[in-house]
This record gives sequence, structure tokens and C-alpha cells, in this order.
Amino acid sequence: MPYFPETMPQPTPVMYEADFWNACKEKHLRFQSCADCGQLRHPPTPICPHCHSTNIKWVDAPEEAEVFSFTVVHHASHPAVKSKLPYVVGILTFEGMDGVRLVSNVTDIPTDQVKIGMKVKIWWDDIGDGNFVPRFRPVESK
Amino acid sequence: MGTSNRKPHIVGVGQSEYTKWGGIKDRSQFQVTAEAIVSAVRDAGLKVTDIDGFTSFSNDTNHAPLMQVALGVPELRYSAMVWGGGGGGSCGAISLACAAIESGQADVVVAYRGLCQGQGQRFGLFGGDRPHSSFIFPYGLFAPAQMLAPLVQRFMHDYPIKPEHLAEIALNARANANRNPNAVMGGKELTKEQYFASRWIAEPLRLYDCCLETDGAAAVVITTKERARDLESKSVEILAAAHGSGTGWGTGPLGSHNMPTETYCSTNNRRIAKELFAKAGLTPADIDVAQIYDHFSGLVLMALEDFGFCGKGESGAFVEEGNIRWKGGKLPINTSGGQLSEAYVHGVNLMIEGVRQLRGQSTSQVENAETCLVTSGLGTSPSGAIILGRS
Repeated sequence: MPYFPETMPQPTPVMYEADFWNACKEKHLRFQSCADCGQLRHPPTPICPHCHSTNIKWVDAPEEAEVFSFTVVHHASHPAVKSKLPYVVGILTFEGMDGVRLVSNVTDIPTDQVKIGMKVKIWWDDIGDGNFVPRFRPVESK
Repeated sequence: MGTSNRKPHIVGVGQSEYTKWGGIKDRSQFQVTAEAIVSAVRDAGLKVTDIDGFTSFSNDTNHAPLMQVALGVPELRYSAMVWGGGGGGSCGAISLACAAIESGQADVVVAYRGLCQGQGQRFGLFGGDRPHSSFIFPYGLFAPAQMLAPLVQRFMHDYPIKPEHLAEIALNARANANRNPNAVMGGKELTKEQYFASRWIAEPLRLYDCCLETDGAAAVVITTKERARDLESKSVEILAAAHGSGTGWGTGPLGSHNMPTETYCSTNNRRIAKELFAKAGLTPADIDVAQIYDHFSGLVLMALEDFGFCGKGESGAFVEEGNIRWKGGKLPINTSGGQLSEAYVHGVNLMIEGVRQLRGQSTSQVENAETCLVTSGLGTSPSGAIILGRS
């Protein structure tokens, strides 16, 4: 069972975003970097904002991340999330990947125990049709 | 903004009735917007046929070319739109108007926004099209309150900002709205107890930390100093206007939060603030009253810091000391009730209140107000602000 019901909006990547989600199909979290100058960037963009190269290299992210900030959502702005209220949306950072933040969910924890600075670990949510979405749970939990 | 006879002045303001979302059922949003424009032009003592420019923002669907036809404007010499959704472009629309007026591309520009959420999309709900939506929607980040809440969360983590300080923004807005008969929440009092008893929307934001969803339209008329002098209406000088964005904010709070760490707990206005005060030849201490875009309470606190009314992290103490209140405050803010309690017209209602203050017509009039800061939507790309002066 996916974390959210199947009516949840799913990734609909544009051209230069597709490789991010293709890697997710293989359960790899990869961020875009410039193949020429090494600058990391997220969300994916077609051209390096630093050296303007269009050559791209995808770099594996560590399995663990840190909660940079978060919100606990209590209001269902889409019918799909009603059964999951309240849920946590975290803004996550990865060691050694300056300039990259990832929006994802922090699961498997009472919402009042989520803290900035907390370490979380990736898990892959099977949303069907061979697609996976990265979500995170506290490192201490299962 | 130069000293020539073309120095831009606001000479007229107009607004529709403001209602809760879905409250305007008898006329289309386009009609309501057209009426607000006519009302602003009449307030200025001008004729609709004097209009030769239109500006707007936020992909306003009341298109200027159609507005020209509907109102019978004989020659449109200038029409321009600021990129970006939300209210981030409100002051940018004034910047564009100023550029047109100063350069002689137009003589009478109307900046307007029509926003009847009952007839279109409710902003608090999921809506189809946002940049990089694949990186936020699958996680349940759908609406601006959810998107901006993490900034406030981090802000309260890094600095001594307490829930009581967010409450003060909401309570001040409501107290001011209670004196404004045109405010949607004009007749409803709000106590601290009610504030803290209200439901969470997206922690740390409660219901009353979030702006209203309303129906309404608002417009301001800008012309040259020379033209303003000949009108009977009381004009207000635009001392400075600036808009823009720091890097990374285009995929910032309304996207995947990839703005620089140093500016994460900010409104994306620090550079703009410097440019604005330099242009106006003023300092924050010279500002008598401010209308600060209040989509979400926590961002108003950040704006007090970004625009230099207090130091970084000091906004909580600043509001706790009563400084934003109408009576006795150093810097009364959102004197019409703002968007938390008057109406949500993407900030054009805040500009109108700024003009009322300098004309001496506010229902929460600040005595001898000579300068007013008005900001655009905060934490967006672009953001911006204007400084108005009594002329």
C-alpha cells in the first residue's frame, strides 16, 4: 500500500526532470550536478547556473538526511491526504551536498516529536506502475 | 525617482466591495475589476478616456487588451505584467507603471488586480500548475500556507520568536479591521484565547495566521507630478518602488525550498529594502506607517527585520512591545486590517490603505502620517515594496 492513497498527485516530470524519476524507479536518489564544474542543483534545470554547461552528471545522495525544517499539515488541500492528516512535510539536507534541499515526508514518528536537526533515513514508497517516491523515517526507527 | 515634472504620483484609488470567497455572485470578476478601475479613475478626477496604460501581476486573467475594449479606452500606449504568481508582483506592477510614466511611454497608468476566488481557484486548495510540481505535490505540499510554514518553523527555531508573536500580527490586524466597515472581518472581534484555540492549518501556522480567501478587486491610478498638480484629488507621491529577487527564490518556498541558507528565514527583500530606502533618501526610522503583506503572520515578522525596523531575530520583541499597534506604536502596520482581516486582493488593498493614510482618510488614521511603506507578497519571487509620501 502506498503511503498516500492512489488518488494522490504523482510526479509528472518535464524533459530535464525525467532522469531524477528514472533513478527513483531503481530506488536511487540522485541529484543533478554539472559534469563540467561539479555544481550541484535541485530541482533539476537544463543548464548549469554557474558555468552554463548543459552536460549533466547524476550524483548519488547519502541514505541519511537531516531535517532542515518542516511543517505538520493539518488541512486537507487535496482529498487524497484526508486519511493521512496530520502528516509531516520535511525540508531535508544531505551531508556533502551543499545547495541541495529535498522536500519529502517524514513518516513513522508522532508529529509532535519531529525536530529540526533530526537524522532521517530514506525508504522507498511503491506508488505502482514501477514508480517509487523517496520518503524518510527517523534513523532510530525500524 | 528623479525630480522632473514626470515624477509618478498616485492620484486615485478604487475598490469593489470585499466579501468572503463566493460572496460576489451577481457580477463576473471581470466586471467587478472594471468597476474598480472606473471608480479609481473617478476618484482621481480623471476620465476613463484619459487612461493610456495598464499594469498588473500574478497572471491576472482580467486581460488589459479586453479591459481596454470593455472600458472604451481609445489608445493603449502601455500594458505590462509582472511575472510570478501570488502577490509577489503587486509592487512590481507599480514599478512598471512608474517606469512608463517617468519615461514618457504613458501618462495615466492604472495598476489593478481582480481576484474573486469564488469564481476561480481557491488558493488554499490544490491547483494544477506550479513550477517543479513533481517535487512537491507527491509529498502533500499543495498550498501556500503549507509551503511557507517551514520558513516560519526554522525562523522560530533559530531566533527568539514565540507563538505569541505570531498571534500579535493576527490580533493587530483584526483590531484594525474592527474599525474598518469595508473589512470582511470588520464586525468580528478576535481574542487571544480564540486565536490559540483555532485549528492548525500547517504548523506553526494556525487558522488566524493565514490570510482570508475573498472576492474583490482594487485599482490605483498613477500619473505625472505635473498632471497630478492640476487635479482636485489629493495625490500621493511614489518616493520609491523596487522589485526583484535574490537567486534561488524562483524555486524557493513555493517550490522545493532551494534558496540560499543565509536568506532562508527572510522575505527575499533585503537587497530590495536597501535599494528602496536609498532611492527615497529615507531610513526605516523615517517611515510613519506600513502595510506589510500579510498572507502569513510569520512572514510579517521577518519583513520587520528585512526592512530594518528592528534587527535580525528581534521582531518578536518589537511586536511584543506594542510597536505595531495603531495607538502608541512606533510603526503601526496593516491599518485597514490587512489581508488577514480586511480582504485578500493580492496586496492592492494594502496600497489603497497606504494612500488613505497619507490622505488622512484611514479608519485607523496615524496622526500626521507623511510616509508609508507598502510591500508585495513576501517570500516569493519576485517580491518588492514601495514607499509613498504625502505631497
